[in-house]
Amino acid sequence: MTTIKVLGSGCANCKRVEQIARKVIIDMGIEAEVIKVTDYAEIMAYNVMSTPGLVINEKIVSTGRIPTPAEVTTWLTSALETA
Amino acid sequence: MQTELTKQEKTPFSNADLRSWAVVALAAIIWVILYNVIEPFANWLTYGLLDLPKDSHLGQSLAFFFYDVPKLLLLLSGMIFVISLVQTFINAQKVRAMVEKRGEGVGNLMAAFFGAVTPFCSCSSVPLFIGFVQAGIPLGITLTFLITSPLISEVAFVLLIGMFGWKVALLYLISGTTIGMISGFILGRMKLERYVEGFVYDIKPRTGVQMALEEKLTWEERIKRSAESTREIVSKVWLYVIVGIAIGAGIHGFVPENALTGIMGKDAWWSVPVSVLIGIPLYSNPAGIIPIVSALLGKGASLGTVLAFMMSVIALSLPEMIILRRVLKPQLIAVFIGVISVAIIITGYLFNIVI
Repeated sequence: MTTIKVLGSGCANCKRVEQIARKVIIDMGIEAEVIKVTDYAEIMAYNVMSTPGLVINEKIVSTGRIPTPAEVTTWLTSALETA
Repeated sequence: MQTELTKQEKTPFSNADLRSWAVVALAAIIWVILYNVIEPFANWLTYGLLDLPKDSHLGQSLAFFFYDVPKLLLLLSGMIFVISLVQTFINAQKVRAMVEKRGEGVGNLMAAFFGAVTPFCSCSSVPLFIGFVQAGIPLGITLTFLITSPLISEVAFVLLIGMFGWKVALLYLISGTTIGMISGFILGRMKLERYVEGFVYDIKPRTGVQMALEEKLTWEERIKRSAESTREIVSKVWLYVIVGIAIGAGIHGFVPENALTGIMGKDAWWSVPVSVLIGIPLYSNPAGIIPIVSALLGKGASLGTVLAFMMSVIALSLPEMIILRRVLKPQLIAVFIGVISVAIIITGYLFNIVI
């Protein structure tokens, strides 16, 4: 199953990214798990210095900004193809 | 430390890029036209449509309000777009890679410069801190970045241009960068490494993580992204600007001239440290603080005192310290606050003496 991780300590922007990810999953009608990663040690394991970060199947797709739903859709589509 | 910026990729220029630039050019033309019609429009609205007498207090305040609000919002949208476009070329990874090779001194200078131009979300300060320390960047240089980044806010810069002009805005930029540079340098000399929480040094990067960081952005993507972040920032601050200007206009009308000369003027020597101390725990969006600052200035407060107050409000705040407490021990936080406050106080005095 596709795993989406939102890296961030829980600030407003991180919540936005999580919302967008959940919405895209519903719109695409796919099954995916959204995990919030709030622990700094865990975030830094991905070497991400600007949050919010977005990780799809252990691949960092975006950091330091709020991606658009269209972008998330593209990343999820390509993640599904490679899976 | 491998980074993705070994080669600066040349951005290819496609038709889509050309179209995006055409849209930007068109927007720029509309922007200039709008900017030039605000004043006649505000006058027409106040004295024509509302038919208020020209010498009335209400008429003047309203004309001022109708002029200032669109002017500042236009300035904000236009300049934030340009700044955002520049920022698409910078990210934390690149800054780290560039600062990594420098020693103290030059490293502090670069960290301050990049801190000033890098957008800052306070929720990123801990990952940034850990990332810098992991790369072996000296603590002082890391702290320079961490001080300058929130201290220099692009919104504050643009509003200062709009309300006080270029000179004050540049003064803010230069003094903020200098404060970050010098405070970081001093903190670095103090050998405070033992006051960093131990877990910072123990974090191991996960293996098998792929970086799909998009460093080959096209102009179309850069422009789109800048437009998006401009929309984001302006939608966050526009209300503050309007309310701030309204409050400012109110103070302007009802508080007697020179009411603050005694407590915030140049002659009150204690006003700088007191303003800074009051500002430390306070936190406000820069958009909310500047219109108030502007009103204080109009009532006899001196520029140095007011700028020092503004800087301590936006650079040091209780929420930010609580976030930093995750990686810094209380002793280091205390020294951190102390050194920055002193630097801001000195800057305040300097302005009061020079200007």
